[in-house]
Amino acid sequence: MRYVVAKDSREVVDLLMEDKANLLLAGGTDVLVRMRLDERYPDRIIDIKKIPGVAEITEESGGFRIGAAVSGAQMGEHSQLKALWPGVVEAVELIGSTQVQGRATMAGNLCNGSPAADSVPAMLAAQAVARVEGPEGVSDQPVLALLDAPGQTKLGKAEFITSIFLPARPNLAGDAYLRFIPRTEMDIAVASAGVSLVLDEAGIVIEASVALGAVAPTAVMVSGAAQALIGTRLEAAPLQACAAACAAACSPIDDKRGTIEFRTKVAGVMACRAAITAYQRAGGQP
Amino acid sequence: MSKIHVSTQVNGDQVEFLCEPEETLLDVLRDHLNLTGAKEGCGTGDCGACSVTIDGRLVAACLVLGAEVEGSAVETVEGIGAPDALHPLQRQILQHAALQCGICTPGIIVAAKALLAQNPDPSEQEVRYWLAGNLCRCTGYDKIIRAVLAAAGEMRGENP
Ligand SMILES: Cc1cc2nc3c(=O)[nH]c(=O)nc-3n(C[C@H](O)[C@H](O)[C@H](O)COP(=O)(O)OP(=O)(O)OC[C@H]3O[C@@H](n4cnc5c(N)ncnc54)[C@H](O)[C@@H]3O)c2cc1C
Ligand code: FES
Ligand code: FES
Repeated sequence: MRYVVAKDSREVVDLLMEDKANLLLAGGTDVLVRMRLDERYPDRIIDIKKIPGVAEITEESGGFRIGAAVSGAQMGEHSQLKALWPGVVEAVELIGSTQVQGRATMAGNLCNGSPAADSVPAMLAAQAVARVEGPEGVSDQPVLALLDAPGQTKLGKAEFITSIFLPARPNLAGDAYLRFIPRTEMDIAVASAGVSLVLDEAGIVIEASVALGAVAPTAVMVSGAAQALIGTRLEAAPLQACAAACAAACSPIDDKRGTIEFRTKVAGVMACRAAITAYQRAGGQP
Repeated sequence: MSKIHVSTQVNGDQVEFLCEPEETLLDVLRDHLNLTGAKEGCGTGDCGACSVTIDGRLVAACLVLGAEVEGSAVETVEGIGAPDALHPLQRQILQHAALQCGICTPGIIVAAKALLAQNPDPSEQEVRYWLAGNLCRCTGYDKIIRAVLAAAGEMRGENP
């Protein structure tokens, strides 16, 4: 294995174009674990953390651009980002321990391709957009469009993410992320939900998005669940409809962490509870 | 394969080493620099026994390549206190009998010191969450948490 520090994103693309087994390295909290457990090393590991600007959070058009090398700890310490997208930040902060937070990135969480990746449902609900650089140049792609299958994304050969953009939002808006795990820390989601809401002055939901994690081969957007919340103040009936739409969108696996039946039920419960938190953060009183 | 030349700071001293690209920072500390305070409990980020800081940021040394610390400042437990001048965390861990086999202890000291640097007056819950990635097979955690809270009090200048 060779270890290469990329000077800029062009160099990353050029290296990825060469016919070698390459592996990108951001925080390394998946990469190093995998290399260690499989005892398999790529020809070349490309460290992207020294690319100028890639370790920074920058304000842009009222939203925030999160560089691909920004750690979870950096996001948690950024009070304005936390105020604008509390649900995305709480999802990122659930990744691993304090030590893992010191390294792990949101882009790495997405690109690792785990169906249970905590930040992904929150990014979907937030309509986050990834900036992708590749042989054809730079493009902006919704995170949703990059989801593919367990362990892989739709990024093309020689493409990689340089940053993820979380857009501006109106005043009366809030988001939240919740996961179910059998303990309070350090475990992988059995079912999870990210919800983002926008309210009008009367406290009625006018925009909603609901996404689930760990209940299908990739995180999923559930438009039926979002529709159930729009036009309501999250009364009992719309919450019930939201949970039912979530259950219908689940196609989970059965494993020692949770049965199909359990995951299907809990996904709806997580979505409803996250919706209530998002609603309160938006200034609503359910 | 050619080795990588890395120059970095460890516990305030300028250090140069050669490492294989596959070697982790933990391998480098223990096998090349003779700093065996950081322990390998798991090698996969789960136990926290290898905790060190890089540029003040708490990390698991087993999840960082040696080559990645070029130009950084690494702090390990060896940089904290001295046998005749223990750090308050070290003294309180002894006084509270907050260790048995001691494998987790260096990681706990490094992690707790990083917590107190940014939050000198943590609640019990904050200490428990911060140290959730530091596993201890022996003590049942309670004495560790109380030792950290006592050290925090001592460092704030409160009399025990
Ligand atoms: C102890 C422990 C606990 C964990 N707990 C959780 C948890 O609770 N929830 C959770 O979701 N995850 C968890 N993880 C997994 C991991 O920490 C996260 O997935 C993390 O976000 C990965 O980010 P990273 O920067 O470390 O990625 P890396 O390991 O650097 O990379 C991950 C993958 O993405 C690719 N990649 C990285 N950056 C880019 C980019 N910019 N463009 C294209 N490809 C890229 C890499 O090549 C690699 O395949 C845990 C890991 C450990 C070790
Ligand atoms: S040895 Fe690094 S976390 Fe266990
Ligand atoms: S004292 Fe033995 S692991 Fe903590």
